[in-house]
Amino acid sequence: MLDWLKQPWPWYVAGPLIGLTVPLLLLLGNKSFGISSSLRHICAACMPSKIPFFQYDWKKEVWNLFFVGGVLLGGIIAGQLLADPQPVKVSAELSTGLAGYGITDYSSMVPKDIFSWETLFTARGFIMMVVGGFLVGFGTRYAGGCTSGHAIMGLSDLQLPSLIATCCFMAGGFITTWLILPWILKL
Amino acid sequence: MPSSINTGNTSFVKQIPDTDSEIRSVNTVITSSSSLDKPLASNIKYLLAGIFFGILLVKAEVISWFRIQEMFRLENFHMYGVIGSAVAVGMLSVWLIKKFRARSVEGEAIQPEPRRMNKGVVYGGLIFGVGWAITGACPGPLFAQIGTGATVTIVTLLSAVAGTWVYGLIRNRLPH
Repeated sequence: MLDWLKQPWPWYVAGPLIGLTVPLLLLLGNKSFGISSSLRHICAACMPSKIPFFQYDWKKEVWNLFFVGGVLLGGIIAGQLLADPQPVKVSAELSTGLAGYGITDYSSMVPKDIFSWETLFTARGFIMMVVGGFLVGFGTRYAGGCTSGHAIMGLSDLQLPSLIATCCFMAGGFITTWLILPWILKL
Repeated sequence: MPSSINTGNTSFVKQIPDTDSEIRSVNTVITSSSSLDKPLASNIKYLLAGIFFGILLVKAEVISWFRIQEMFRLENFHMYGVIGSAVAVGMLSVWLIKKFRARSVEGEAIQPEPRRMNKGVVYGGLIFGVGWAITGACPGPLFAQIGTGATVTIVTLLSAVAGTWVYGLIRNRLPH
């Protein structure tokens, strides 16, 4: 049983369970699933700096911070108790493609060749962690949601703005992966 | 009065109404009964829900930069299967909740906030897409990655907080 749980879970098991987060939060307290708003609450709580966008009572939304705290704990539990000892299995096309950029370490789901304290101050590491992270935070709030808030919760609720947002997430990702990322990975 | 919190201090730049549907207490005039005047301990259930979701993110390998690359390079169906089946289950659940007018455990009518259309959905969506492909992570997986021991992701997360903060700072100058 534990051995089975330690393997990566197939999409048809994990996907529907992820989808159940939507009714779970609605039934627990009429909460709409969405993670990126936690970043706004952190700003409102820690450095509102008289910016009108951060002038609201974040304590009324504290459930969201408990939820992301849980996601962090879930990461610890899965990493400590349910970790897969095998390297990450990827498609042959990807491993061939990445080998050309010197990315060969599959021991972690976050590739150590790119994302590590040692690479943080290289051009490639800085762009991929600091610039990339900035775009995630800026873009999700500009769009009013992320993969969870728009792509899962919004689409579940048949919201047209969420469908448009999801198409734009994918478009931005495809353009970046095919046209921009090769230049960054070469650095 | 969604824009009520935004009135005030800048007189030169037009104030753009808050289009963020995710912050209920900002959006609704009649504040919902939940989350108000409840002890902090009542939020433990959301912590548990987060743990459930965090474990799923890790075991589905949604937090893997490699899986996100495979998705955008069209080399693996996995991520499409995860997101697609999650949306299918979510849709069915919301439909059932609405059909049977289900109430939350606190007795409140369940009413997801409608999303408001604005240009930010397009521009912000494209910008997030760029960041998603580079970092291989959306906000949820950032928290889960840190949990699994990829401590350097703390930098990416702090940078995402900074991005949100800068958006808040300059949003009145951006097209919405």
